[in-house]
Amino acid sequence: MVEEKIIKEIKFGILSPDEIRKMSVTAIVTSELYDEDGRPVPGGLMDPRLGAIAPGQVCMTCGNDAKTCPGHFGHIELARPVIHVGFAKYIHDILRATCRRCGRVLLPEAELKRYLRLLDRLEERWPLLAKLLVTVVKKKASKVTECPHCGERQYKIVFDKPYTFYEDRPEGRIQLTPLEIRTRLERIPNDDVRLLGLDPQSARPEWMVLTVLPVPPVHVRPSIVLETGIHAEDDLTHKLADIVRTNERLRELLDSGAPQTLIDEHWALLQYHVATYIDNELPRIPVARHRGGRPLKGLAQRLKGKEGRFRGNLSGKRVDYSARTVISPDPNISINEVGVPVEIAKILTVRVPVTSWNIEEMRRYVLNGPDKWPGANYVIRSDGRKIDLRYADRKRIAEMLEPGWFVERHLRDGDIVLFNRQPSLHRMSIMAHIVKVLPGKTFRLNLLVCPPYNADFDGDEMNLHVPRTEEAQAEARELMLVQYHILSPRYGGPIIGGLQDYISGAYLLTSKATLLSIEDVVDLLSAAGYRGEIPEPAILSPKKRWTGKQLVSLFLPKEFNFRGKARVSAGIFACENEWCWNDSFITIKKGELLTGVLDKKAVGAEQPENMMHWLIKEYGTDYARYVYDHMFKMFIRFIEKRGFTMTIDDVALPPEAKEKIREVLKEAEKKVYELIEIYKQGKLEPVPGRTLEESLELRILDVLSEARKKVEDITVNYLDPFNNVFIMARTGARGNELNITQMAALLGQQSVRGERIHRGYLGRFLPHFKPGDLGPAARGFVYSSFYDGLSPVEVFFHAAGGREGLVDTAVRTSQSGYMQRRLINALQDLRVEYDGTVRTPYGELVQFVYGEDGVDPMKSAHGKAVNIDREIERVIGWRV
Amino acid sequence: MAKQKKKFNILEHELVPRHEIVPPDEAIRILRELNIRPEQLPWLRVTDPVAREIGAKPGDIVRIYRKSPTAGEIVVYRYVVGY
Repeated sequence: MVEEKIIKEIKFGILSPDEIRKMSVTAIVTSELYDEDGRPVPGGLMDPRLGAIAPGQVCMTCGNDAKTCPGHFGHIELARPVIHVGFAKYIHDILRATCRRCGRVLLPEAELKRYLRLLDRLEERWPLLAKLLVTVVKKKASKVTECPHCGERQYKIVFDKPYTFYEDRPEGRIQLTPLEIRTRLERIPNDDVRLLGLDPQSARPEWMVLTVLPVPPVHVRPSIVLETGIHAEDDLTHKLADIVRTNERLRELLDSGAPQTLIDEHWALLQYHVATYIDNELPRIPVARHRGGRPLKGLAQRLKGKEGRFRGNLSGKRVDYSARTVISPDPNISINEVGVPVEIAKILTVRVPVTSWNIEEMRRYVLNGPDKWPGANYVIRSDGRKIDLRYADRKRIAEMLEPGWFVERHLRDGDIVLFNRQPSLHRMSIMAHIVKVLPGKTFRLNLLVCPPYNADFDGDEMNLHVPRTEEAQAEARELMLVQYHILSPRYGGPIIGGLQDYISGAYLLTSKATLLSIEDVVDLLSAAGYRGEIPEPAILSPKKRWTGKQLVSLFLPKEFNFRGKARVSAGIFACENEWCWNDSFITIKKGELLTGVLDKKAVGAEQPENMMHWLIKEYGTDYARYVYDHMFKMFIRFIEKRGFTMTIDDVALPPEAKEKIREVLKEAEKKVYELIEIYKQGKLEPVPGRTLEESLELRILDVLSEARKKVEDITVNYLDPFNNVFIMARTGARGNELNITQMAALLGQQSVRGERIHRGYLGRFLPHFKPGDLGPAARGFVYSSFYDGLSPVEVFFHAAGGREGLVDTAVRTSQSGYMQRRLINALQDLRVEYDGTVRTPYGELVQFVYGEDGVDPMKSAHGKAVNIDREIERVIGWRV
Repeated sequence: MAKQKKKFNILEHELVPRHEIVPPDEAIRILRELNIRPEQLPWLRVTDPVAREIGAKPGDIVRIYRKSPTAGEIVVYRYVVGY
């Protein structure tokens, strides 16, 4: 048993020069990397003592080989100290708060003592308050102009970002050298350091000025050997070489007693190199570049941002046992399944222990090898040795196979995998599917699971992951399988459900007009995979005919009751109860669909409290899966048999309708010009809080949208309600009445930012209009329909409005994405405890009762704890 | 209290839920029920306008009756802190 260790706290400090020297294995004294023979130079940046990285190489420091050597630090003794840019801000704070001569904090002795005592107490119980005290001390001390300890006059310290400091002395602004700064920081006594918020044990302020620079091991900055045999060094190595070169030059100059200006020049250069080594994106500093002009990556750049170490390599990383390809639909597989291409199944593997029960099967896999599915890619012997079946004698290994070994076999039917589509916005974005290996190169998925992934097949790609351990596989199977996610925790309704043709199909099948012959019934039920008796026909004479409702009833539980309006229940087809000719009120009694048609409100996705919702809640997810897999297939089989399409004639209006529309528009136009007339006379009544112009615009928009509404009513009245386009709109399969109006009658007002389109030329949108023309046509009202075709100017208006829509979605997705990221970061560790409270891991309360009512929307009746009506119905039978 | 003369009583404002200071014995009961230390409750500053108005002191526990879209009216508690 490995001893368990718990991390209680992490403390960050600053490396002291002594520590840097202590952990260093060598000083780096030359910028040369390799000698003429291509061997690394001792004392250079690739010194072999810094660690072994080439395979077979033995480390000169620790004696390990490349795999086990952890790497060792070196160091550079800087000829002159330089500021560490990361600490420049704090150096400024500290310099301002301390005396330039005696190094004490610029507050009277008594006050310092008091604060120190207070700090001791606070650190013990209120560490957050201690930080606050430090800021108070700093603020107070920075305002003092005369040292209360030695009486020295204090000058203003000016910090010139990112690493230069000046002092405003009476004789002028003088630059402070890092050397001076360091001596000042050295003078600050330990107690005063504490008052400035630093722990003198682990972070003396003078350590913020570098005198020794640690050189990271070669593992951190590996050099790449190109095919030509030339070494390409890492950015950090290049930067370190610059530092060593300037450092050595500076040392020579100092030793030879060169003129001060020359020394200062090189000192500044050293400061620049060290600063850009740490962070190469400093403000007001030229970026250090490669010879090719590419900016070098500093230490900060390695950590920062989306591709940086934290977000790119620690919070998220690339993984093995995963696959990605284009998705395509397959209505013939279960919602729980995913079709995996053979090619992928031959790469993804599952590690299976060999037992006496499966040894024959495993032998077969081993004999098939890596290229023939179902085979195996590796065999692991009981001593842990991995055998690659690509190069092994498979026959021999199959014979050697014995219990205790493991076989890395190919993915095969029935394996469990996780399936994911980005953006993963909710938990249904990653669900477990059961593998079905299929020919082809795409992942196949049932169309009913498109809504939770928000997937379509216009080129979408999805990812697949194989859980490797038995625990993970069991967990995925029992918790993440698609059928356990039919109900969404977001609003408590089914998120999986029919869409498009499923809905049209359900409607057409269950419609009163549909009568099916025995051949149709058999075909539909066999497509659905129904097993059982065919019911008595609804019509016996003159010919035996079945209704679609009878077929649907075959898939409903015998005790199931349901009442609800269908989506088609609107306008002239509205039904308030089951006693209605329009057949738009669904009545299911004892598992029989008696009246009503199935449409989006009954079988559609994302429709809470619909028929499917109650089916799932009352008969469980296994039953729901059965219904989705079988009944829904009947819907598409029916629409396939019947044929379903749309033609231009579906949106053709008779001449009298066009005449009526023209009249409505003429009237609206008249009203608009009247309004404009009133406005020009200055008699327009302004809307509160709006200018006269805005009021006019609002009025005109009102008039025009009212006209459009009237046109919509006319259009809907004149179109055949049973033409395919209209069926789609009414059942909710695709499109709505506005879309139909736009196709048949007119496009209506185009808008940008909710206003009529007016920007462009001075006083007009396009030169086709008179300046100042406020009429409907000049401001983007499109009189034509898609049926009639648009005039060039109308096309332009439409394009302007359409562009806004595109820009909006682009902007919205990025904004909501960032908001989501921040919300997740803030809320990820909260959990609901057993007492129903929501708490942080520290036990701090966030909510006193989860959701303030303690209800899990997934297990509730659409947000409410119970649906009383439904319960009564269930207990006392049918409710009149 | 505030130096400037108030124009209206904030406690009567529609958007301000009912606040009241919980007596100490009851406060102990509540803390025991939730099994927490007082500082694990959400905090309320003494400088919060309502806290000032009802005269809450650091260490007090304040009970708030809030309207909730999911549960009608709910009761929550705040721990009054000094800064």
